[in-house]
Amino acid sequence: MSEASGKQPVIEVTDMAKSFGSQRVLDGINLKVYAGEIMVVMGGSGCGKSTLLRHLIGSIAPDEGTVKLFGNDITKMSEKELDDVRKKFGILFQSGALFNSLSVGENVALLLREHTNLDEATIDIIVKIKLELVGLRKHTEKMPAQLSGGMKKRAGLARAIALDPQILFYDEPGAGLDPVTSAQINQLIIDLTKKLNVTSLVVTHEMDSAFMLADRMCMLDKGKILKMGTRHDFEVLRDRTGELKSEQERLVRQFLRGDAEGPITERQLASDYEEDLLMAHKRC
Amino acid sequence: MKETDSSAEMKDKSSVIIDALGTLGEFTLKTGRNVFSMFGGMFLLLGETATVTSKGLLIQEQRIGSEAIFTQMVRVGVKAIPIVILIQLAIGMILPLQMFPMLDEFGQSDQIATINAIAGFRELGPLMTAVVLCGFAGASIAAELGTMVTAEEIEALKASALNPIRFLVVPRMLATLIMTVMLTVIANVVMIASGMLTAINLGIDADTYFKLTIEAVEVSGFVTGLVKAAVFGLLIGLIACFLGLSVKPWEGSEGVGRATTRTVVYGIVAVIFADAIFTLIFYSYGLFD
Repeated sequence: MSEASGKQPVIEVTDMAKSFGSQRVLDGINLKVYAGEIMVVMGGSGCGKSTLLRHLIGSIAPDEGTVKLFGNDITKMSEKELDDVRKKFGILFQSGALFNSLSVGENVALLLREHTNLDEATIDIIVKIKLELVGLRKHTEKMPAQLSGGMKKRAGLARAIALDPQILFYDEPGAGLDPVTSAQINQLIIDLTKKLNVTSLVVTHEMDSAFMLADRMCMLDKGKILKMGTRHDFEVLRDRTGELKSEQERLVRQFLRGDAEGPITERQLASDYEEDLLMAHKRC
Repeated sequence: MKETDSSAEMKDKSSVIIDALGTLGEFTLKTGRNVFSMFGGMFLLLGETATVTSKGLLIQEQRIGSEAIFTQMVRVGVKAIPIVILIQLAIGMILPLQMFPMLDEFGQSDQIATINAIAGFRELGPLMTAVVLCGFAGASIAAELGTMVTAEEIEALKASALNPIRFLVVPRMLATLIMTVMLTVIANVVMIASGMLTAINLGIDADTYFKLTIEAVEVSGFVTGLVKAAVFGLLIGLIACFLGLSVKPWEGSEGVGRATTRTVVYGIVAVIFADAIFTLIFYSYGLFD
């Protein structure tokens, strides 16, 4: 699934920029995701990856550029038109974001009741199928408060696939989970992508998850895409030894390896430290 | 040398004054902007809620869950019944005891019934109910919606093409409105009963008390009290929903706490001001003659 295949992208972001106050959070983002692939967006905390995701689901409107889902620009849509597009994608939030006042089964059934004309018996069957897909069929009656972190994510996933979406967005699917549960969730994402033939976009900072899931990957830093490529490209860069010439590649490699030392660390240390000390000295 | 000192001191003083004025100006602007955006936001929320409700009730384009409204009514109102009864029992006793010596001096002790009835039906019934509900319903709604924002539930609703106004705001606002009216009726009855018991103990005849109460209240007094109660309920629901939904996802428990406190404080202030405006209007139209 690459650009060379000549397919139309399902998700297409062109020259997108966003500022909050004077802070430029996203700057010149260009991204294409093709049908059936898993794209992983990586980056450190505060790099803008969650903001990017919120643009893709229509929660935030960009200052510049376009966001196209299924070939239609969602930035120019009315709320009603946007709602029609929203029914075609699902999203798994970082916390699961289950509706706390409803049971697991009702969380999944809610979307079916609201957006389809199916009768209760059919809805009941669909809910069971969706919960079985994520391994929670026996927990239909449980309330979200009774679930563990991993189960909440699974239930959130069952809700996300309730309407048979064509795109699935994942916001930090492994966050706050133990390694085994995290790996299980990742496996579930891969299985669902294959079984349901959906296009997936995963936002994460966990490298194990990223390499396990991705067909293609991109890395965000300070609101810009530093590098985009196939999983293999990133694996090669990660495993390359010796000095790298480009600052950009050194930065990506440090992130991929999780090294304590490197350009990211140097950048954090260098910021205004001396100036700060001098100012403090003057005040004395 | 002295002159230079004093001129430097003058300069210092004037710069302090300029700084203070600057801070004051900044504060005024900021507060003005906040107040403006809050009123604007509430107005918009009210408008959208009214649109969604009327679409649901009149043309039935959008479903409004009657079950959700009922659940909220039980949640915001039923649990407040004992507190409303307790407060009105006390108030129904306080007024007659305070007024009795004065009225007795003029041989008008029977008029305790009139005073209690007018004060209760027109003012204290709706007002005390609204104050209790500010704490009960308002705080709990603001805390619940605020927590839903921080738990990404509101965003999840929107991303699932479900309108949070229809799902969350409409049932809560309708429930507070209906329950404030219903609790006001209970509050009125309890206050009259408590006043009557106190009056009997003070040596006033029960029949006389009852007769004077009926004479004093009239339909207009009863209805204006209930109209007030409905508006108070709407205000409480509106403020609670608005402040709850205004919590930002990153504000966490601090934001939820702030929204809850503000709901109670702003709610009580809004209710009392609305009461004053109502009384002024009713008074100028001669409804209390």
